[in-house]
Amino acid sequence: MAHAATDARLELRGVSKAYPSVLANDDISLRIKPGSIHAILGENGAGKSTLMKIIYGVVVADCGEILWDGAAVEITSPSHARALGIGMVFQHFSLFPALSVLENLVLSLPAGMPRQAIAAAAFELAGQHGLAVELDRVVHSLSVGERQRVEILRCLMQEPRLLIMDEPTSVLTPQAAEELFVLMRRLAAAGCSIAYISHKLHEVCELCDAATVLRRGRVVATVDPRQQSQSSLARMMIGDMEGPVRAQSSAEPGGVRLRVNGLQRAAGDEFAMPLCDIDLSVRGGEIVGVGGIAGNGQAELLEALSGEWIAPHAGTLEIDDVPAGRLGPTARRRLGLAYVPEERLGHGAVPQMTLTKNVLLTADKRDTVGKGLIRYDVVRRFAQTCIDTFDVRTANPGTLAQTLSGGNLQKFIVGREFSQEPGVVIAAQPTWGLDVGAASAIRARLNDMRARGAAILLISEDLDELLEVCDRITIISAGRLSPPRATAKTSVEEVGRWMAGRAPDELRAKEAGAHHAG
Amino acid sequence: MLVKLERRAHPSRVMVAGAPLAAAVLTILGGSVLFAALGHDPVLAFHAFFIAPVSDLYGLGELSLKATPLMLCAIGLAIGFRANVWNIGAEGQLIAGAICGGGLALYVGPSGGALLLPAMLVAGALGGMAWAGLAAFLRVRFNANEILVTLMLTYIAGLFLSYLVYGPWRSPTGFNWPESSDLADAARMPRLLAGTRLNLGIVIAPAVALLAWIFLARSYLAYSMEVGGLAPKAARYAGFSQRRMIWLGLLAGGATAGLAGVIEVSGTIGKLREVVSPGYGFAAIIVAYIGRLHPIGIILASFMMALFYIGGEQVKVTLGLPSAITGVFQGMLLFFLLMSDLLIAYRPRWTGMRRASVRRPSDADA
Repeated sequence: MAHAATDARLELRGVSKAYPSVLANDDISLRIKPGSIHAILGENGAGKSTLMKIIYGVVVADCGEILWDGAAVEITSPSHARALGIGMVFQHFSLFPALSVLENLVLSLPAGMPRQAIAAAAFELAGQHGLAVELDRVVHSLSVGERQRVEILRCLMQEPRLLIMDEPTSVLTPQAAEELFVLMRRLAAAGCSIAYISHKLHEVCELCDAATVLRRGRVVATVDPRQQSQSSLARMMIGDMEGPVRAQSSAEPGGVRLRVNGLQRAAGDEFAMPLCDIDLSVRGGEIVGVGGIAGNGQAELLEALSGEWIAPHAGTLEIDDVPAGRLGPTARRRLGLAYVPEERLGHGAVPQMTLTKNVLLTADKRDTVGKGLIRYDVVRRFAQTCIDTFDVRTANPGTLAQTLSGGNLQKFIVGREFSQEPGVVIAAQPTWGLDVGAASAIRARLNDMRARGAAILLISEDLDELLEVCDRITIISAGRLSPPRATAKTSVEEVGRWMAGRAPDELRAKEAGAHHAG
Repeated sequence: MLVKLERRAHPSRVMVAGAPLAAAVLTILGGSVLFAALGHDPVLAFHAFFIAPVSDLYGLGELSLKATPLMLCAIGLAIGFRANVWNIGAEGQLIAGAICGGGLALYVGPSGGALLLPAMLVAGALGGMAWAGLAAFLRVRFNANEILVTLMLTYIAGLFLSYLVYGPWRSPTGFNWPESSDLADAARMPRLLAGTRLNLGIVIAPAVALLAWIFLARSYLAYSMEVGGLAPKAARYAGFSQRRMIWLGLLAGGATAGLAGVIEVSGTIGKLREVVSPGYGFAAIIVAYIGRLHPIGIILASFMMALFYIGGEQVKVTLGLPSAITGVFQGMLLFFLLMSDLLIAYRPRWTGMRRASVRRPSDADA
């Protein structure tokens, strides 16, 4: 016998993969049993994606062994993986938006199968798994949750025995995620193994019967998540955990420092979201959160706030009671606005430039530029100050922005913005993709700024973060804002309803009633 | 066999600086192979192309004379290229500068005083700026692609110059040749060195390069243009105007190209004629990139490119080769530079065709 007996559907033995600058997977071994929902848990950069790409045949491991149903295989391409019975649902969908659901399914199957037969098979399969999918709909008209169902259906058409799901809930509302979990349990019960990639601990605890925890490319633990707490899993993921960031402040907020009055913005192109009647005010000493699923107008709102898009009326935006709607980014900055964009490389910083030159992007030109020439001594000192006071590691002013890790670059950008003593801070997804240590450092800085009386608007897709950090919270959905609620008085369910764009009318009525009563 | 390119984690800095040199050496080697294939002794041909033309003072003067317009055009273009403004019509802007500067000299005639020459230089630069400004206006106003517009404007400028020298500006005493009267002495660049044709242009061009160096290294304006070129979103974030960037990028190229045009007419040619440039404006694109868009690099690269021009002339005479050899050398140089850059950023890996293989238990048992 050339192979060892095993009851695992998929087994990895000592799989490693090195990229030029990083060892992405280091001697990884794991076993996924038939019908198991197996979590691959780890922070961003822990090596989860590389591992899944190896299993799906997108990249080839440098060494190690893959056993499929107990037999050694060399998976050389995604089509080979599919032939073996491995399907993958990607985080970013790979559907053709201009084609119908059925056409997308036809394209993914071997040529020559009659359309009618595919339609019939898809219909039956969808019914069997409770997947509500209309085959004739054009994909671009589908919601994100519906598109994901199409992706899953497309995988199921190939009768997979292992389904890889890469952070499938990151784009879903809490309700849609629940529906997905029901489907996953049903698939598992039917015997399909599921490799579930996530860093959301509560999902893993709720859903999975096995978990492999990765840290820096290595397996640090293989556990049964049902017997673990979220915090014990988190400790495995990050090594050591820092304490909770803070309790909500009890200090009374000051006067309104940022005000948006009836902001309207038509959609610039077919992919943009029009903004409709946006009213918003943020007082000094408070953090207001704007939650919502990506693509509901966040990008458009951010441009309108930062001055990258200029409003038709000056009064649309007021910074410390000064009308600023007609001003560009530099003039708004002089009024005390600071902006931390979502995209660090390419928006918040120029990747190919040094930190010194990156400081100059938003530094006050009255200090840093004289007679049209850059005063590099001043700028370099400022860069050094940002590095020192905001704990940007392994960097000096001459370091290129692109060589910094995400966390260090974000600390630097936040440092650059916050050292200028802004009165109003706009932060977009400031902790996105950061490890826990850097994320809590950034949140601590936001709290510092609040304590110093700045008005902070935090736009994030991470509901947990918003609920943890913000004093008040509002949800953007289809270009409209929900009425802001005190974080303490809202619930995940209520927020989820707003995110789904299904704000029940009775809720509005109740709100109005409460307002009158109060 | 398949070749895969893998991005290198840390491109070597030494290699980035050395790539133009490597490209030059490879071009010379490639040229030798070419000469050999054409039936000439590569060593003799190499000598004829690269050594003989610059082995006397006159030759060195000619080299500098050709380097001047290349240097000027390339510096202006580099300012635009750094901001991702793709002006490829320096040739047309050079012609526009020649028309304006030369036209002023013809209009003033022999009565011009000491102020004529500076006025011509200014007129030439303004002419080039006006020509490039057309492209800037069309880009900013109608979002017309500046690559196409500047290229097409080059042909318009060339044909307009033809019209002038065939028509209204043709010399009455020139036996019907398509050229203007000779420029008056006051309109000519002063000669610098006896025994050569060297003129003041060879001082002006490096001076412009030096100013451009200070501008690029120290000025806030150049910084904002560079940000716009590297990361347009970051430029919007910082509040830098894209329109201003387009205008500046094109006007800088137009100004130096126009200056090059009037210096050619006033210094080297001494009159307007149908052709005032053998493609300096186009070759300058290569010069700008060989020089890594840096003024000092451009100064060196312009001399190298000038050597290709006069080397090509030389082998036409001594070996009877067509002067198109110059274009071949320009092409090889750019090709080898791009290749070096690719290999600096990526590591090639040869991989055999992999075949899918599945070993099933039954196979093992059999």
